[in-house]
Amino acid sequence: MKLQHYLGLLVVGIGIAVLITFFSPLASSEPDGLEKVAENEGFIKEAKDAPYEVIADYALPWVDNEDVGTILGGIIGVFIVAAITLAAGVLLWRLRGAQRPTSSGGEPS
Amino acid sequence: MAMIDPASLESIEAPAMHIPDGFVSAPVAGVGFALAGVAIGFAVWRANRTIGERFVPLMGVMAAFIFAAQMLNFPVAGGTSGHMVGGALAAILLGPWAAMIAMTSVVAVQALVFQDGGLAALGANVFNMAVVACLVGYVVYTVLIRFSHIAPWVRYVAAFAAAWFAVELAAVACSIELALSDTSPLSVALPAMVGVHAAIGVGEGLITVAAVAFVTATRPDLLAAQVPVTED
Repeated sequence: MKLQHYLGLLVVGIGIAVLITFFSPLASSEPDGLEKVAENEGFIKEAKDAPYEVIADYALPWVDNEDVGTILGGIIGVFIVAAITLAAGVLLWRLRGAQRPTSSGGEPS
Repeated sequence: MAMIDPASLESIEAPAMHIPDGFVSAPVAGVGFALAGVAIGFAVWRANRTIGERFVPLMGVMAAFIFAAQMLNFPVAGGTSGHMVGGALAAILLGPWAAMIAMTSVVAVQALVFQDGGLAALGANVFNMAVVACLVGYVVYTVLIRFSHIAPWVRYVAAFAAAWFAVELAAVACSIELALSDTSPLSVALPAMVGVHAAIGVGEGLITVAAVAFVTATRPDLLAAQVPVTED
């Protein structure tokens, strides 16, 4: 298993994800499903703030322009999520039970 | 997010289905972690036995795509927005077990880094969006794809239905958690959540169909291992 064999897939796939984050400033800021239900039914006030904030609301706090901050926050998130998931996948592959020792296919079922 | 007003900046973000802390009681949060832990443990065990090499990069790409897509809240009726969950799409392309692992990393990063979804509620959120959504999406898709010999577009109907039901069942799970937490009675939360997410599920379905169509057009080999091809 060499991830560099899949460089094209990774670059294009993660590139698409990064492209999507450029549209994040256009996202609707209306309350969403659960939030709206919580407002209507009067339990929104029960929500508690997070005990700490890293990139709350997807916007980098030290970037003045909120649109730019949100796009950069999204890009950081895309790479964190990709890195963690790839690490998990590589680990799963390395430690695989070798039930089907194929190098390419292997259908999850 | 661009034109967010100052008052709502003070409010707590609770995107589409991400439960913030305070909505679920300690016992429900604990059961959420237990159920999510058992399910993800099983998924790791299954994925470990069945993972194919190409699914490793695809897991990373899918997780990155779903994280980005979840940021794009689209408006639905009645001053409400929704965003993709992605569980069904992940399950269609990765199978349910690798999909659950990819979705778990998305939901965990959202809670830990982006304060989207509570820390105590993380187990419940993983259960709803990674476990329920992926399993429901996979089951609905695999049942309907058996009819793909009728016409090629059946695959897209299957993808749409998988996404819609995945969102609805995740919303049902969320309602049950709110009810068990005495946050909102089931008679109130269930119809409200199911109603809102019936609309959000249409958006989820359209995005899922578009993504499946895109993969079919560009990398059909990535689908080949997953879709039971009926012509053989």
